[in-house]
Amino acid sequence: MEAVFLQLLNGLDKGGAYALIALGLTLIFGTLGVVNFAHGALFMLGSFCAVSLQKVLSMSMKVRDESVTFFEAYKEVPYLEIWFGDAGKALIDWTVPLALLITIPIMLGVGYVMERGLIQRFYKRTHAEQILVTFGLAIVLQELVKAYFGANPIPTPAPDIVSGSAHVGAWFGLSDAIVYPWWRLIYFLFAFAVVGAVFAFLQLTTFGMVVRAGMADRETVGLIGIDIDKKFTTVFGLAAVVTGLAGVMYTPVLPPDYHIGMEFLVLSFVVVVVGGMGSLPGAVAAGFLLGILQSFASMTEIKSILPGIDQIIIYLVAVIILLVRPRGLLGREGVMED
Amino acid sequence: MNMKDNILVLIFGAVILTMPLWAGIVGAGYPDLLQKFAIFGLFAIGFNILFGFTGYLSFGHAAFLGIGSYTAMWSFKLLTMNAIPAILFATAVSGLFALAIGFVALRRSGIYFSILTLAFAQMCYNMAYSVLTPITNGETGLTLTAADPRILDAATTEGLPSTEVFGMGLSGYHGFYFCAVILIIGFYISVRLYRSSFGLMLLAVKSNQNRMKYTGLNTKPYLLSAFVISGMYAGLAGALMVVIDPLAGAERMQWTASGEVVLMTILGGVGTILGPFIGAIVIKYFENIFSAFNDAVLNQVFDFLPDFIQGIWVSFASLFVGKGWHLTLGVLFMLIVIFLPGGAMEGFRRIAAKFKKEKEAHSAGGAE
Repeated sequence: MEAVFLQLLNGLDKGGAYALIALGLTLIFGTLGVVNFAHGALFMLGSFCAVSLQKVLSMSMKVRDESVTFFEAYKEVPYLEIWFGDAGKALIDWTVPLALLITIPIMLGVGYVMERGLIQRFYKRTHAEQILVTFGLAIVLQELVKAYFGANPIPTPAPDIVSGSAHVGAWFGLSDAIVYPWWRLIYFLFAFAVVGAVFAFLQLTTFGMVVRAGMADRETVGLIGIDIDKKFTTVFGLAAVVTGLAGVMYTPVLPPDYHIGMEFLVLSFVVVVVGGMGSLPGAVAAGFLLGILQSFASMTEIKSILPGIDQIIIYLVAVIILLVRPRGLLGREGVMED
Repeated sequence: MNMKDNILVLIFGAVILTMPLWAGIVGAGYPDLLQKFAIFGLFAIGFNILFGFTGYLSFGHAAFLGIGSYTAMWSFKLLTMNAIPAILFATAVSGLFALAIGFVALRRSGIYFSILTLAFAQMCYNMAYSVLTPITNGETGLTLTAADPRILDAATTEGLPSTEVFGMGLSGYHGFYFCAVILIIGFYISVRLYRSSFGLMLLAVKSNQNRMKYTGLNTKPYLLSAFVISGMYAGLAGALMVVIDPLAGAERMQWTASGEVVLMTILGGVGTILGPFIGAIVIKYFENIFSAFNDAVLNQVFDFLPDFIQGIWVSFASLFVGKGWHLTLGVLFMLIVIFLPGGAMEGFRRIAAKFKKEKEAHSAGGAE
């Protein structure tokens, strides 16, 4: 029971990441009909927003180390600490949450430029060409990041206050031995909040209504006299923001390197397919479902029966879903069929 | 298959076989690179049989490359160092895998097909790294050892043997010629397929599958055959890789490797006979040239510029060479898809058409 509970928790934060990325991908898929292979790169860009902010905040100068008395020693002290003392220190500590603030405008801009500059020209092209051009873009973004930040993962720790583990077991009356890192718990809740915000935006605002109408029938919405293309640019920006935020928050879980997006890209496509192409609730549900399935598959008890199942479970599920229920768990029929 | 095609194959063969003589002029005159030309050319030609003829974009062909490599490796380890059985086994085994994967994946089309093939390839890749370690040797990669049984020729070799074909070693130019002959055969088969009624059927499926189905034709067997054939080409290319360099690693099954062959095909021209091969050569050639560059070389090349400009320009250009070669590749990829979706072959055609027009305009002007 306890093991199951722990695996469930383990699955939730991974599932949260999958759900957020897949949500962004589905927004682009479902509304714009574009197969975006550069989506993983957006995730990567998001996490490197956090890395850049960390770099900027912890810019430092050499200061004489007073604690060492018998020879001249120097240590690196961040400017912020020199200027603001403890407040500056706290600012550096809170890099990742702060990065959320700068990520939103940055990713909005990235999404806008990407859609206006490139994706827009590919609405009428074949899916194969969309895949190829966005794949090329992903390589370019990835290599630029690699050229600037290097190829090694860059640790971006969470604030000290949440760096420990929560005694989750005790909360639910289970064994006290069940502990779970605070940050992952936060990640899961954050994912939930973002998903909720996106759904609220689409369901409750006029803009969201127009976008949903555009998803259902683009042409008619255009005929009513709404400039749907402009709205879609915003949707693309929104998708980029959601994905970028997922990336920022994931940095304390997994130190980002330039390749992090590619790893998530394949998975997020699989998640979208399982959830149903063009279905937002499907993408979220499938994200959590696959995250949890994957973490159960990596239990030793299961691995001893089916060795290696943890490596392939997600793909296996995708293959089975595509064959028995081609439109995915919650998808409409006929989306993205040719 | 008409006279023109025969001539094309003959010229193709002649160009490939004389490559060691003239490739030196463009700085490609060493066997390592020429072998790569031949192997990746074969891979791209095979990929084109699926993507170019039927329009089904597979993102998992690297899996067959890997399967071919592992099979050939095991043939070397267990049977004999002769390359012929190795490539035969590799082709057959990758064909079987392609049959199984294709049977499932081809139940869907379009983007779903791409994702299915991607999922299968990722499964193969992940398993090669984890559970199948006894077969694939995981991260280290599969290598020859002195303790291998080699039932057929264990007695004749001592120490670490090298690959051979009936006594002829396959290093350097020998290896290139071996690959080249197989490449030419592969090219010939692909031309034959292109001109056959089977090939026409595939092209018909590409242009409008629904219409083909309405006429009462079951397209599945045709598609599956194309998938299996192109999988076999990939397996063969994978086998040739280990014939040249007996080391099989899982990283060649990664999905970015599948992306690379897609790029080669696109760059050269999808659905053309010669295009994919040209794409493979261009990419491997520039990869070789660009990744050999470094800052020192760049500084030397741009020495004629004023110091100030040279500094900026070199630091900018160095993004694109050496380890940054992939950036160049990505940019190239995008430019090609945006401006020249038909690839190099379309480029040639456009240039040819332009010249023709100019000539016509010229002669018309002269007549007046």
